[in-house]
Amino acid sequence: MSALADLSAGDLREKFRRGETSPTEVIRALFERIEAEDERLHAYLFLDRDAALAEAARWDGAVRGGDAPPLAGIPVALKDNICTRHSPTTCGSRILAGFRSPYEATVVTRLRGAGAIIVGKANCDEFAMGSSTENSAFGPTRNPWDETRVPGGTSGGPTAAVAAGEATLALGSDTGGSIRQPAAFCGVVGMKPTYGRVSRYGLVAFASSLDQIGPIARSVRDAALLLEAIAGRDPADSTSADVEVPAYADRLTTSLRGLRLGIVKEFFAEGLDAGVAGAVREAIETCRALGAACEEVSLPHASYALPAYYIIAPAEASSNLARYAGVQYGYRTRDAADLVTLYSRTRREGFGAEVKRRIMLGTYALSAGYYEAFYLRALRVRTRIRQDFEAAFARFDALVGPVTPTTAFRLGEKVDDPLQMYLSDVYTVPLNLAGLPGISVPCGFVGGLPVGLQVVGRAFDEQTILNVAHAFEQATEFHTRRPPRGRAARGAPAAKAP
Amino acid sequence: MIDDRTVARVARLSRLELSPEERDRFRHQLGDILAYVQRLNALDLGDAPPTARPRPAANVLREDEVRPCLSQEEALANAPVVENGYVVVPPVIIEEPSE
Repeated sequence: MSALADLSAGDLREKFRRGETSPTEVIRALFERIEAEDERLHAYLFLDRDAALAEAARWDGAVRGGDAPPLAGIPVALKDNICTRHSPTTCGSRILAGFRSPYEATVVTRLRGAGAIIVGKANCDEFAMGSSTENSAFGPTRNPWDETRVPGGTSGGPTAAVAAGEATLALGSDTGGSIRQPAAFCGVVGMKPTYGRVSRYGLVAFASSLDQIGPIARSVRDAALLLEAIAGRDPADSTSADVEVPAYADRLTTSLRGLRLGIVKEFFAEGLDAGVAGAVREAIETCRALGAACEEVSLPHASYALPAYYIIAPAEASSNLARYAGVQYGYRTRDAADLVTLYSRTRREGFGAEVKRRIMLGTYALSAGYYEAFYLRALRVRTRIRQDFEAAFARFDALVGPVTPTTAFRLGEKVDDPLQMYLSDVYTVPLNLAGLPGISVPCGFVGGLPVGLQVVGRAFDEQTILNVAHAFEQATEFHTRRPPRGRAARGAPAAKAP
Repeated sequence: MIDDRTVARVARLSRLELSPEERDRFRHQLGDILAYVQRLNALDLGDAPPTARPRPAANVLREDEVRPCLSQEEALANAPVVENGYVVVPPVIIEEPSE
């Protein structure tokens, strides 16, 4: 029998209904797991056991009925760039140390409405800038499969928490791959929904035309349940779309008969690790066996997505992060004699290196004389990338390929080489530029480390990619493997060989 | 493509004080990143218009009605220095040092 901390939301719901366990027992078991594991993994920045237990007690009775809300009593972790009223929101930055949000993100309000219990705030790269969670001002998170390796980023904390059974579900945010890449590195399911599918109200802005909140879970069904709970139009976010939200979990299918899958040629080009390529190709064969018609498709501008992204995202960030200046909230430097010094010194002392780098890059790309050559050009490339996807989706129902070029890399391996770090997002950023949904589902292991299969869908067609991921997941056993616990995970080779 | 003067200018525009080590490091790193980004120049974009956001959404309006919002006290609760309902900052008008 599985420990309570390792059960899916669906299984917990069933056990609650049958009276076999209670939200209070689940929260207790979860905090035991956190106590045993988190000193080593550092998935969380903030935990509130008492608040979680008080919430759980409120649901203990109600969950036995058949009409409890869908996530009643289910523990959820939040990436720490999602605003919560009763706990800190730091975005992994010193500049927000001590900040208390005066309002709650719409996704949090919806989660609470659905009965979910917020376990804590999970670690991330500072302002969601990075690919490894090493840019957190509060120290890195470690990969549960091998603690000498990164969990990916920027949602490394919530993803490691889900992988290690320190949360049943989690919400992350994905601006260039920040949900899908850590999901691939940690062997769990992570989805970036269509831009506009989920309200960004209360998500601390990094790049407003790219950011999207999405679910992290140990099964596709759980991810579907969580997406259902948070999706839909929100008057507080004018970019949230008024598009019907289907009952994703109820509509999952296990057959791919009649489905046309495009294998993205450019995602198998130079730079892809041979082991990862092998696992992904095998996964595509499994999809074929499940009834899908798989054929190669080209996205001719795919290789230009990363350079375009590293203009557009920093440009938007340089504007969004102008608000951190020591005036309305957050850290303020001492003894600045004039306002400009107050701004500049506060930002010097409050921001880490990657955030400074991106603010500088974005400011440069938007500055007089460079705006057209850099920013405007990148936006025109963005059009070509979107058109590539449109052409592909005229022939295919979904696209497939790897999530990342390699498995999880070592802590410290890329911190001094920002460009190498950026390259780990090469297959994920095109979707953000085009606003399309994508999911990472576990599809194999290389050297004991998880590999993810990426499935890309049409705008607002999350159902199809959930179906592909679910059918694949149910036909394989990769999602059932859990990382080693405690001492067993120290150093490589850590995991059971596949 | 990036020299010390450019780094200093961009840092000033960004309202970021940099240490001499940071200035040096950023000159190299920004130079590398911008060199990588230059590959966009090899592309013939024809008449492709710019895409600023994934979904065109214009004039998303709502009724102009008074609705509940944060109180002044809540809005100022996180400010480092507050006096009589105002945030306090050092003198605003001071001559900026020229480059």
